[in-house]
Amino acid sequence: MKTFKIGGIHPAENKLSATSPIEVLPLPKTVYIPFSQVLGAPSVPVVEKGAKVKVGQLLAKGEAFISANVHSSVSGTISKIDDIIDVSGYKRKAFVIEVEGDEWLPDIDKSPNIKNDINLTPEEIINKIKEMGIVGLGGATFPTHIKLMVPKDKQAEVLIINGVECEPFLTSDHRLMLEKGEEIMIGTSILMKAIGVNKAIIGIENNKPDAIKYLQELSKDYPNITVQALKVKYPQGGEKQLIQALTGRYVPSGKLPIEVGTIVNNVGTVYAVYEAIQKNKPLFERIVTVTGKHLNKTANFKVRIGTPINLLIEAVGGLPKDTLKIISGGPMMGKALASLETPVIKGMSGIVILTEKEKISSRQYNCIRCGKCIQACPMGLQPYLLSLYSIKDDFEQLEQNNIMDCIECGSCGYTCPAHIYLVDNIRAGKNKVGQIIRSRVK
Amino acid sequence: MNLLTISGSPHIHGEQNVKKIMWGVVIALLPAMLVSFWYFGIDAIILTLTSIISCVLFEYLIQKLLFKNQSISITDGSAVITGILLAFNVPSNLPLWEIVIGSFVAIGVAKMAYGGLGKNPFNPALVGRVFLLISFPVDMTTWPVPRPFATLVDAVTGPTALGVVKESFMKGSTVSEIMHKSDSISNLLANGEHLNNLQNFIPKYFDMFVGNMGGSLGEVSALAIIIGGIYMLIRKIISWHIPVSYIGTVMIFTYILWLINPEHYLNPLFHLLAGGLLLGAVFMATDMVTSPMTPIGMIVFGIGCGLLTSIIRIWGAYPEGVSFAILIMNAFVPLINKTFKTKTFGGK
Repeated sequence: MKTFKIGGIHPAENKLSATSPIEVLPLPKTVYIPFSQVLGAPSVPVVEKGAKVKVGQLLAKGEAFISANVHSSVSGTISKIDDIIDVSGYKRKAFVIEVEGDEWLPDIDKSPNIKNDINLTPEEIINKIKEMGIVGLGGATFPTHIKLMVPKDKQAEVLIINGVECEPFLTSDHRLMLEKGEEIMIGTSILMKAIGVNKAIIGIENNKPDAIKYLQELSKDYPNITVQALKVKYPQGGEKQLIQALTGRYVPSGKLPIEVGTIVNNVGTVYAVYEAIQKNKPLFERIVTVTGKHLNKTANFKVRIGTPINLLIEAVGGLPKDTLKIISGGPMMGKALASLETPVIKGMSGIVILTEKEKISSRQYNCIRCGKCIQACPMGLQPYLLSLYSIKDDFEQLEQNNIMDCIECGSCGYTCPAHIYLVDNIRAGKNKVGQIIRSRVK
Repeated sequence: MNLLTISGSPHIHGEQNVKKIMWGVVIALLPAMLVSFWYFGIDAIILTLTSIISCVLFEYLIQKLLFKNQSISITDGSAVITGILLAFNVPSNLPLWEIVIGSFVAIGVAKMAYGGLGKNPFNPALVGRVFLLISFPVDMTTWPVPRPFATLVDAVTGPTALGVVKESFMKGSTVSEIMHKSDSISNLLANGEHLNNLQNFIPKYFDMFVGNMGGSLGEVSALAIIIGGIYMLIRKIISWHIPVSYIGTVMIFTYILWLINPEHYLNPLFHLLAGGLLLGAVFMATDMVTSPMTPIGMIVFGIGCGLLTSIIRIWGAYPEGVSFAILIMNAFVPLINKTFKTKTFGGK
């Protein structure tokens, strides 16, 4: 079975919520919608304090090149514009909206009917995706419309849909594929039209046989879409790893997937694209997995953006007494959250709750030069060396040893028997080297 | 409510840690240790215990008295491994005070002087062994003939099989002349051979395989070492690269020479079973701290060890070359790590 070639690990999958159907979370009383939810520049607000807004109304406009529109997820009044602690752990500006009823903008099609015909031109599709504030929902939140704009000197050949969901615990993409399979097929067709390719591959790891089977069944009506099962290996959902696993092509260091004729989108994003194009619906809700080994129950919720996470946690029976960490995203790459009031944002695929029982020993040993980090690294780097140079602030060596290739997947840290904080060290070094490289360009 | 913990990803860990690896190696060493107790008796037990205790004690004292800000690490098991391996590399009748000195050199000079576990460039047990070999050459090269409990009462000493061969070669004997005297100890005794003559006999291959021959404590039984090696492979403590490339190189090298002149060069099987090749290739060359970190580097390292071992054994002054070969290759590890990096994603 296909998989990527270099490195990789196999952490315990713990897909506890894989059989829980998507539930709609009741509307919150207040939502907190951060201005900026993308990898890129913050959006510029177009409404003011006190304004009445409807579901789907534009709140902030993405004016910079890498930026995305933000829409209201509820109807109500903007009570204030405040600094709140967001996923990053920093205070960021957000709209605080008191919810009143659930009044949607009239042009949004709320019916469950599936709409097959794609009437827009490629250019219109891309503009619409931009207008609807669609970003990558796999976690990186890169604005989707930018991904779809193929540079003039490049040619897209194949669209890759990422249904891998390689992070342990998370099941939101899995449930979406099972429950919204047809929409995903249509969404894929829309994206193929937008970038002008006649071939798409949906990659799904083999621990989701029901999703593979269902989508393969559906793909009989879509001759240009292939569904490919992949051997379970982390981090197969990494863009470069997935392209390599499916096409055998290696995206060169520092380049984008289009360099090898591919464009990758997450299944969640594809579903959002379907809703945006066919239903005229901006991105204001998403599926969030709430899971953990010691919770009363685990669930996959359909949640309005801006809902504080404590409402999701209450819905599964509250926090266990010995809660240690609340993680936004999966346990390999997710961020530990500082506050229960942190709102759900576009990129939040799950909330994983870890307890004291799952605590990692914090005792670091000396590096015993076992080389396991090197064998685990899916980018073929030498994590132990990067970590060392990062501690020594040797930025020249860091750059020469390709630190910017690091995707921060955590495979090295997961593997390290000496429990060295490899990823933390490398991340620090990578930030500095990134700054140095950017300052050189200017 | 308790405060939430904030830390960087990853938030889960693969359960592997230094302690588990080190104690795993200790478990892998047990079969060979038990075989040595069986063949060399109470002397072997006392010697092994002395070696382990003195290694652990020296590490403790050095950390306590000199590295005041370092936490005591003796429970990680690495000093125990050094103790066992040092005992494995000496004859069972070595005076106890000598093994204590060996332990001090291994732990104090070869390990702690560099900063402790993970910082040492050379394998501590081998440094201790070579120090003893150079300082006490006679004590280190006369080996008791194995005497399984109750088979023999008196200790008989003599050189190892490799030593017998080396000496015989120097006297101008051919392989068939030497091998003519190959027999097992119990047969010889049954045939009325005098105890003192036993030392000139070469053990049979089967005896060499199970460990019924003279030699260092840990090197005699190929079978026990292979069992330990397989255990470490299964637990992923070692990978196949170093043992296979090391042993393979010795096999190929000695096979070619044996093809050229079977009367002047020993066959590969003899090289494999007599002496410390297996012990070295499975337990010493694979020491994570002092071996390369990439698979290609490991293979280069193994080939280097194999070539040096063969050259020293065949043309060198010493009958055995494993310790020197590994120590010399240890010195090349930083260079190997720098030269043989893994291929980066999409790169060269």
